[in-house]
Amino acid sequence: MRRREPVAPLDYFRRWPIRLWLAATMVFLYAPLLCLIAFSFNESRRNIVWTGFTLDWYGRVFQNGSLLEAFGNSLTIAAVSTLVSVVLGALVAVGLWRFRFPFKPAFEGVMALPIVIPEICMGVAMLVFFSRVIPWPGGMPWPANLGAIIIAHISFSFPFVAVIVRARLASFNRELEEAARDLGAGEFRIFMDILVPHMRPALIAGALLAFTLSLDDFVITFFTAGPDTVTFPVKVYSMVRFSVTPEVNAASTLLVLLTILLTTIGLRLQGGPVASTQGNH
Amino acid sequence: MEQEWRQAKRPFAAIIGPPGFWLALFFLVPLAIVWAYSFGRTLGLTDIAITGTLDNYARVMDPVYLDIFVKSLGVAALTTLLCLIIGFPVALAITFAPPRAKAWLLMLVMLPFWTNLLVRTYALMAVLRNEGYVNTVLGWGWDGLRAMGLSLSAFQPLPLLHNNFAVVLGLVYVNLPFLILPLYAALDRLDRSMIEASLDLGAGHLRTMREIVVPLALPGILSGLLITFVPALGAYLTPDLLGGPDSQMIANVIERQFKRANDWPFGAALSFMLMYLTFIAIAGQAIVARRRRARAGA
Amino acid sequence: MAATPLIRIEHLTKRFGGFTAVEQVSLDIMEGEFFALLGPSGCGKTTLLRMLAGLELPSEGRILIDGQDMSSVPPNRRPVNMVFQSYAVFPHMSVKANVAYGLKIAGVPEPERTDRVMEALALVRLEGMADRKPDQLSGGQRQRVALARALIKRPRVLLLDEPLSALDAKLRETMRFELTRIQETVGVTFVMVTHDQDEALAMASRCALMNRGALQQVATPSDLYEYPNNRFVADFIGSVNLFEGRLVVDEPDHAVIASDQLGARIFVDHGVTGATDATVWAGLRPEKVEMAHLNGAAPPARVGVPEGHNLVRGTIRRGAYLGSETVYDVALESGAEMRVLRSNVTRYVDREFAEGDAVWLSWAPRSPAVLLS
Repeated sequence: MRRREPVAPLDYFRRWPIRLWLAATMVFLYAPLLCLIAFSFNESRRNIVWTGFTLDWYGRVFQNGSLLEAFGNSLTIAAVSTLVSVVLGALVAVGLWRFRFPFKPAFEGVMALPIVIPEICMGVAMLVFFSRVIPWPGGMPWPANLGAIIIAHISFSFPFVAVIVRARLASFNRELEEAARDLGAGEFRIFMDILVPHMRPALIAGALLAFTLSLDDFVITFFTAGPDTVTFPVKVYSMVRFSVTPEVNAASTLLVLLTILLTTIGLRLQGGPVASTQGNH
Repeated sequence: MEQEWRQAKRPFAAIIGPPGFWLALFFLVPLAIVWAYSFGRTLGLTDIAITGTLDNYARVMDPVYLDIFVKSLGVAALTTLLCLIIGFPVALAITFAPPRAKAWLLMLVMLPFWTNLLVRTYALMAVLRNEGYVNTVLGWGWDGLRAMGLSLSAFQPLPLLHNNFAVVLGLVYVNLPFLILPLYAALDRLDRSMIEASLDLGAGHLRTMREIVVPLALPGILSGLLITFVPALGAYLTPDLLGGPDSQMIANVIERQFKRANDWPFGAALSFMLMYLTFIAIAGQAIVARRRRARAGA
Repeated sequence: MAATPLIRIEHLTKRFGGFTAVEQVSLDIMEGEFFALLGPSGCGKTTLLRMLAGLELPSEGRILIDGQDMSSVPPNRRPVNMVFQSYAVFPHMSVKANVAYGLKIAGVPEPERTDRVMEALALVRLEGMADRKPDQLSGGQRQRVALARALIKRPRVLLLDEPLSALDAKLRETMRFELTRIQETVGVTFVMVTHDQDEALAMASRCALMNRGALQQVATPSDLYEYPNNRFVADFIGSVNLFEGRLVVDEPDHAVIASDQLGARIFVDHGVTGATDATVWAGLRPEKVEMAHLNGAAPPARVGVPEGHNLVRGTIRRGAYLGSETVYDVALESGAEMRVLRSNVTRYVDREFAEGDAVWLSWAPRSPAVLLS
């Protein structure tokens, strides 16, 4: 038996008031989510008292056509928006990193706008734009009917990708590019063979962020979505407004699982949870 | 070194062109239209005439709406303050945790941040409503007291949902990770020997926090506060789902103008007022940060 | 009667997880000493210093200062102040505010506070810098601020963590003298951590040499150099020629070591008090070996040294000219090498020895250090 090591002055982590505080905060952050998940397996519709285990609510989710459709819409929108956002974001990052041009600070400022302005402002802007300027034709076949939402999502996602990729480019050794040029590579080759591999971790992090932002977004979608283009958050919103039911719990749990899955994959691809902290603004 | 764009016009156009075009068409143009609408008025049901009027902005100054602005600012400030109070010890614990625990704690803080906002708000509703977990547990306790012979009236559930309390709680719940992460980043960058030197010179832990840690981590703390304040100020979903009739925030009023009241010009003016407030907050943070840097001479 | 020590360290052990940084260290430090904790990096010296400051707490053992157990005293209540390796000068405060910090915390009232700040700044020769910000100072000046800031509290002990390591060579020289001067002026006990033996030998009144968490030897600089306890000490301080051998004679007034490695017998003029036949090591400092040209006959035996002892033949492999001296590596007939140092008392162009020369090497009976471990 070895005596416990004494708590050194800077061992704040090991002081009991701080530990208590930490534990309480974690309970605050996680208890509601864990309750939500737990009661998605509860038999009782009342959602309060545990009466027995069931998977019925998941069954209902999978029979609920409109919910499934909304889920499909969300995934489709997120996938397309991520793809385009990563390309556009990477281009911005490379452009800002590489070129000197007039009004560059202004350009950078405008590029940061979608990140900083309140969602509601962007939401109404999109509403106005798609109802008055370019009315998205109704009755288009799926997934073209999602076009307006996808465009809106790309607009607020790609600046985030740009920020992440640019941070990564700061660590690029420009001599590599010069060496490639010296060896006879053209602009395009340099971009694909030298720059893209260097940006890879940031592209993955950016893609993960863009996907989550798109999947997560309610406000902007709420203003862009029509009656036949409902996404998962918008659908859940309308369900939540009526009542709190275990069915919503089950659908939410599925989304949480998807989030955890995506985050895990993203962290695996990047190598380690700490590396991804730079991905947040 | 950066390259002059004129020396490589074609690559420059190929790289900056598409995102620049996208941003202009699908972001700046919509914003510009909203801005233009804010100087217009509705004609009939659907048409808007941009007349250059300032009536919409004058209406923003109406006490009814001014109150909502003040209230939104207050709620956002309170949320930010609570996040700071809750988040600071958490960030401190993460900073000084051993590497393995640190990675896990960061993970735990980030996971809610990646989780859908609506799902989290909904989870909180289930906790707070009259038939929610908190009230149910309290009700059991109450019934227990009654069973023990105390003469008490029947349990009245605490009104936890659909009021201002719920809105602030919800905003804190949703935004806490936003503050903890930058706070952690700021504290982690801090040279630990600064803290040790202060302790060594006779200062206690609280004094050291006040005199050394907070001033040195201030730029990081300020940007964390900003990252929390801005979304809280523009919050729509939280007051909408958790708030009561008197918990309207700016975003809810804006939404009403566009979706129900059909007064787009006024909604546009409100939107831009909200945006200006956001810019003021950002500028304020930037000015404080720059002044500090200038004073430090770095 | 020995005075009571200012600092008494008793069986101090510090573990970090499974790693033992400091192991069973016991040590006394007297009032007014300039004490150096010396050792290679990772030997536990800094951990020991941090335990004195209260920044780390011992796993076992205790520290007494002025006879008082410090184990449960937090760093802010110890009569000890520290100059950190990075100086830890608060960047958001002026020089004056930095120096005054400890007094402000202690609640020293205003006129006295400023007086003492000025006095401390004068002590470290920073009078004109009071209103500067740390980023307007050089590394050496920042160190002086840290020094003034720590000394102004009039601590019983001043701890210095690698005080010269971050300075460039020229400044290091100056600061050495400065630190000694300041210590003599204020009379406070200094405990300094360093990995640089020159620093320790030049400044300290006493040194403790550590290796792998354990104390190797505590002695004055000259004793550490001339009378090392073991091979680690002999090797760490200065350079040394080490030869393994067998103790064949061990009388009170002399001893003889037979070393196959050296190819000769070593005669020393003192007893060793080890069991005869034990394996021992003889340490010979390069400057204590004499070198003569091999012109046929061996040089005459030294007074008191039996014939054939303390004498070997070799060939100069290489000479490295270092300005004030030249270092020769001599290949012995046994196959071993001996390092020999010669002062360049005349200009090097008139050099006496060249590579390839056959030479005699000899040494006085009191020169070798006999090491039992």
